Amino acid sequence: MSDLTNLTELTIKEAARLLRLRSFSAAELVTAHAERIERLDRRVKAFLRFTPELWEKQAEEADRRIARGDLGPLVGIPMAVKDVLCVRGVETTAGSRILSGFRPPYTGTAVSRLFAAGAVMLGVTNCDEFAMGSSTENSGYHPTHNPWDLDRVPGGSSGGSAAAVAAGEAMIALGTDTGGSIRQPAALCGVVGMKPTYGRVSRYGLIAFASSLDQIGPFTRSVEDAAIVLDAMAGHDPLDATSSNRPNDVLRDFDAGVKGLRLGVPREYYDVEGIEPGVKTAIDMAIKALREAGAEIVDVTLPHTDYGLAAYYIIAPAECSSNLARFDGVRYGLCQDAQNITEAYERTRRKGFGTEVRRRVMLGTYALSSGYYDAYYLKAQKVRTLIKRDFDAAFEKCDAIISATSPTVAFPLGSRTQNPLSMYLCDVLTLGGNLAGLPGISVPCGMTDEVLPVGLQVLAPQWREDVALRVARAYEVTSGVKAGVAPIE
Amino acid sequence: MIGMEVHVQPTTRSKMFCGCAVGQLGDPPNSNVCEICLGMPGVLPVINKAAVEACLKTALALSCEIPRHTKFDRKNYMYPDLPKGYQISQYDLPMSLNGFLELDGRRVRIRRVHLEEDTGKLIHAGDKLHKSWESFVDLNRAGVPLMEIVSEPDLGSADEARDYAVALRTMLRTIGASEAEMEKGQLRAEPNISLRRAGSKELGVKTELKNINSFRALHRAILYEVTRQTEVLESGGAVVQETRGWSEAEGRTFSQRSKEFAEDYRYFPEPDLPPLEIDAAWIEQLRSALPELPGARRGRLVSQHRLPAADAVLIAADRELADLFEAAVAAGAEPKPVANWIIGEVAPSGKIPTPEHLADLVKLVTGGSITRDQGREVLVESVETGRLPSDIVREHGFAQLSDESALQVEVEAVIAANPRAVEDYRAGKKQALGALMADLKKRAPQANPRIASELLLRLLG
Repeated sequence: MSDLTNLTELTIKEAARLLRLRSFSAAELVTAHAERIERLDRRVKAFLRFTPELWEKQAEEADRRIARGDLGPLVGIPMAVKDVLCVRGVETTAGSRILSGFRPPYTGTAVSRLFAAGAVMLGVTNCDEFAMGSSTENSGYHPTHNPWDLDRVPGGSSGGSAAAVAAGEAMIALGTDTGGSIRQPAALCGVVGMKPTYGRVSRYGLIAFASSLDQIGPFTRSVEDAAIVLDAMAGHDPLDATSSNRPNDVLRDFDAGVKGLRLGVPREYYDVEGIEPGVKTAIDMAIKALREAGAEIVDVTLPHTDYGLAAYYIIAPAECSSNLARFDGVRYGLCQDAQNITEAYERTRRKGFGTEVRRRVMLGTYALSSGYYDAYYLKAQKVRTLIKRDFDAAFEKCDAIISATSPTVAFPLGSRTQNPLSMYLCDVLTLGGNLAGLPGISVPCGMTDEVLPVGLQVLAPQWREDVALRVARAYEVTSGVKAGVAPIE
Repeated sequence: MIGMEVHVQPTTRSKMFCGCAVGQLGDPPNSNVCEICLGMPGVLPVINKAAVEACLKTALALSCEIPRHTKFDRKNYMYPDLPKGYQISQYDLPMSLNGFLELDGRRVRIRRVHLEEDTGKLIHAGDKLHKSWESFVDLNRAGVPLMEIVSEPDLGSADEARDYAVALRTMLRTIGASEAEMEKGQLRAEPNISLRRAGSKELGVKTELKNINSFRALHRAILYEVTRQTEVLESGGAVVQETRGWSEAEGRTFSQRSKEFAEDYRYFPEPDLPPLEIDAAWIEQLRSALPELPGARRGRLVSQHRLPAADAVLIAADRELADLFEAAVAAGAEPKPVANWIIGEVAPSGKIPTPEHLADLVKLVTGGSITRDQGREVLVESVETGRLPSDIVREHGFAQLSDESALQVEVEAVIAANPRAVEDYRAGKKQALGALMADLKKRAPQANPRIASELLLRLLG
């Protein structure tokens, strides 16, 4: 294939077929992406760093595998990796200045598995510092721009990954989702983003924000691609005690359609405060399309939704206050000189952490303090249990839950940075899935009048990624709405 | 009253939450480390099953209750020897609770036994911490498993506290849960001490002692602290609740950290480790595999082998000696003489014969074939060469002279050679017999003392 620009608009499935047909080589595929990045990323700023040595070596190896007749679906597929996933020898900073220059001595499990499956790493994508944020503006390095409108945010915290896939700069990007950090930017950038069940993908190598909520998942430009990547990453890991050894059957009944499935529309999500009319219209159309495809649409209720945000903003900061204690300047990362150790901690952490990180460390420290633990942390855990029960009850009545992924489309850069609470509200439809440990996927469901993408979220019961994928796939097929590369050039 | 917090390193190959070797004292700094115990970003802990098993065995040996559900918690504080900024420990659902250790027929209550990880070590350049110009961190110990065994304040003196620690060590070694070598840091005792008015039930303010690295230091530190607190109270002062260090060189305790500056550890459940459900069948399997514990064995040495209690205590305290005792008895030797030989000769020398050799030796002595003194020499040679005592005796002609006619020749020679002593004896000075026996022993070392003295008395008329 001579026209290299087309290579950056393919899905994994298409690229894999063409690689087998020798239409182009893995080396050519990665070069096409590198050239597009070169041309566009000055404006999108999806990436923090590039890994040319790695991609050259991996593309060469991929071409050897293809020559040997290796039929792995990911062999030679260019991939971007969020800056919170450790890759041996590659500077990994969690979007923070405190880890500036840090090169992990090991590669995390999910990335290792994708490397083993033949994926080719392009570079490291931008994100909110320690994955704390919903716009990628909290990055310690620079903001990322939404490829559909460069004056708007890509969402967050995995905004760099979402933008890279939306801009055709990568075919796969890995993200992490603690309260919506994959699904929300996927929605805002018009790509597919999936958060698996808590425990489905090993967290080993994921720089922790909130350990009981974090999960790694893929960004892609089709539901099938997301399933392929998830399938390659998932499964028990002896290095993660919270990873499950359940059978990995995420692709079961993938193309079975929605006929006969009951899809629940929670009224608390459908009428969520602040939902934009353009988003609501797109969701109504999606519901209609799914009904026409044979799904039964049922009303369900998640009565404790209102308390979810508060519980989340206790539990996540509490865990982060502890998880981030290791960044003390003693063994790696930024270190400031001082007269004594306490002063060294204070100076290092004040200089290394941004405002939002410091805010959450303080919130979390407070919530765990003696005398406040019961009123905050323990109470939040009780709310978490109630929210899980809400979902259990809802799933008695339906097979999956559908809603908007985000109440809004991508908002202008800088429009919410002064008001942390308005930023926290971005996650109101997604964080329930994290508190309950559910699998969730966001698929593009059209555009608003301003030509900004809207995402449809599908949530399924724990370990039922197959159901979430099946519904998302059915929607993608029947609606004809496809994730595409943004018309950025 | 004294309560004890004892940290014990269970016998495991690897650390508590990663695959690193636990290593040894003297390994080069930071040689037993990996990304996990270094607290690198993104790493996760995985529970070491061998450590859990050692902790459960210890709990069972201490007759603790073992709840079905247990979990790990994070204890949060920042210090350069703590790589993650938190220690993984157990807070409100420990692995076990409410047990006891028998000490001289009395029960010292055990509040809990739980598992946690050790921290690293700081090395300061310079002679004093506050004057040091540079500090180094060695993380070899970071993540090494530790069992924390907490007693109630049931110990009434420094002697009892030391005996408790020794008994605990014996128990741990008996069940194979730990080597419990204090000088290797495998057993660390931290006593907490509070005074109580005679007749009162209320305990005073307590202090906790750290940096104690031998049983002797434990004893000395407690004695010092009791005296110190007594003096403070008698001079009208108040004891401050604090942690005090023990200085071995200066022989005193000094204030380290007082309660007002106590950290808020912000314990919360470790989200990286799912709660543990302890399988009842596993517990039963461990329980049935436990060897006989020192307390039970002591009782049996008295009831079955009719040993005096004092002997039983000494022998049961050491599993190797107790095994030796029972095997030697099983090989046909009489229990009490075997016990005497073990307590008097084997234990002090630390040279352990095989049970068959010890039984053989004891039979030679009790049967009168050789003297006790000869027996000692034979024992040493037997342990060194690994040969049967009977063979050694035969070869050396050590066999005791018990034949009366042969002995009579020697006794007559003694009488002839010591006319004065004989005269004294006959004049009623009975102690003169001693001098005659001594001369006999010099002339005929192998003489059977009992037969020889009878013969001597008869010939002296």
